[in-house]
Amino acid sequence: MAKIEALMSWKDIPLGCYVLEAGSTMDYKTGDWRSQRPILDREKCTYCGLCYIYCPDGAYKDMGSEEKYYLVDLDYCKGCGICAYECPADAIEMLEEEV
Amino acid sequence: MAKRVGIEVSLALSEAVKMANADIVAAYPITPQTHIVEHLAELVAEGELDAEFIPVESEHSAMSTCIGSSASGARTFTATSAQGLALMHELLYMPPALRLPIVLAVANRAMSPPISIWNDHSDIMAERDTGWIQLFAENGQEVFDLTLQSFRIAEDPEVMLPVAVNLDGFTLSHVVESVIFPESDEVSKYLPPYKPAIRLDPENPVSMGIFGIPEIYTETKKATDVALLESKKTILKAWDEFGDIFGREYAPIETYETEGVDTILVTMGSISETAMTAVDEMRAKGKKVGLIKIRLWRPFPDEEFKAAVAGVKKIGVIDRCMTLGSHGGPVLMEIRSLLYAVADRPQVFGFMLGLGGRDATRDNFKYIYEQCQVLSEKGQDRHEMVGVME
Ligand code: SF4
Ligand code: SF4
Repeated sequence: MAKIEALMSWKDIPLGCYVLEAGSTMDYKTGDWRSQRPILDREKCTYCGLCYIYCPDGAYKDMGSEEKYYLVDLDYCKGCGICAYECPADAIEMLEEEV
Repeated sequence: MAKRVGIEVSLALSEAVKMANADIVAAYPITPQTHIVEHLAELVAEGELDAEFIPVESEHSAMSTCIGSSASGARTFTATSAQGLALMHELLYMPPALRLPIVLAVANRAMSPPISIWNDHSDIMAERDTGWIQLFAENGQEVFDLTLQSFRIAEDPEVMLPVAVNLDGFTLSHVVESVIFPESDEVSKYLPPYKPAIRLDPENPVSMGIFGIPEIYTETKKATDVALLESKKTILKAWDEFGDIFGREYAPIETYETEGVDTILVTMGSISETAMTAVDEMRAKGKKVGLIKIRLWRPFPDEEFKAAVAGVKKIGVIDRCMTLGSHGGPVLMEIRSLLYAVADRPQVFGFMLGLGGRDATRDNFKYIYEQCQVLSEKGQDRHEMVGVME
């Protein structure tokens, strides 16, 4: 096992270990946990928004009423497959990531 | 003028919460804590206490609610006993780590099974290491005073830690005692409104309860431990100031007739009153015995305790909690390990007494004193359950 070094001195831990800056989870890219990725078939997509609502990581971005689809941000998508499971139009397929 | 009232100790505790002007009380009733929260519900319903009383569906929810409430900056109180405290267990680690100054009253009760509603300390001892400041009251006045002091101690910017006030179930919670109530202007002088530096606020978002990777977890534990150990300074200050304003003195440990003695008994909570009477009777017969009562259990007052037992030959530690499969109760182990590195350390013997509501009598304390002499002579250091029928 790799040796684990401390990130900072205990003296520098903020009170209660609070994070005082909003939105800092953006710095934590969870996409590399993924073993499969969602692939969207835009032909089938009805732009209902369920994938966007159900995604536990908020990884989908609304592309607007012109484009009419939701784009996944692979920096954050963990590959859980919930969007594919919930999509009523069967428009999302989960594809194994190549190792 | 402060006034003296004859009142059930549970109700006196609730009145202290009222005088502290708590904002949120979230609680679930359980014997023998029930009268505390019933009376608080009454005080809120009758408009005597301007607080939100949240009648939750379990103790787990009670502590969860308190965590949210305290994080949002509200002065927060709850109370429980035994299995109720155990149901809070996983939540109890959060207020110390998140530095939330919740005040919790524990009407101490034995852990079931067999089902027991009666008093011992097994409930709080199971939560010993969660990081709460833990105080033990000896009588009704102490229950009132410690409750008031707890808000002050917990919310001090130098502390920001939760406090558990322990009062023995029934033997304290359900007896009527004479309690001195202070004037509200004295209380406001002692206990200013709670103004947290950081709280949950949509205008200034912060994250509380984040995850800690192995590279940081150890350091966070150290930070909380140091905060708990250092809190003793503020506790002493809060007690000094309490003495100045209200005229009653408090200390982490209290000694009774320990000058020049050979043997010291150690107690916590209401049995200390019986132990003092037993000490008086033994001293009248020429026995060189005194008593130490521990009021501050966490952070443990190492220096004060060591100083108080300097020169003593034998210590009889009384535990009101059964530690199964080990070599003695939690207070015994605490004191043995504390004194291990002391040169010329005294012999320390352990006694389990008053489990599950069994009376702790003057004769028990006299027996314990005699056993200290016998065991010392034999050079044995075992612990024993006093009065167990063979
Ligand atoms: S696979 Fe999971 S994480 Fe990725 S976009 Fe779909 S719902 Fe979100
Ligand atoms: S759930 Fe399916 S159909 Fe609805 S927007 Fe997402 S991909 Fe399109």
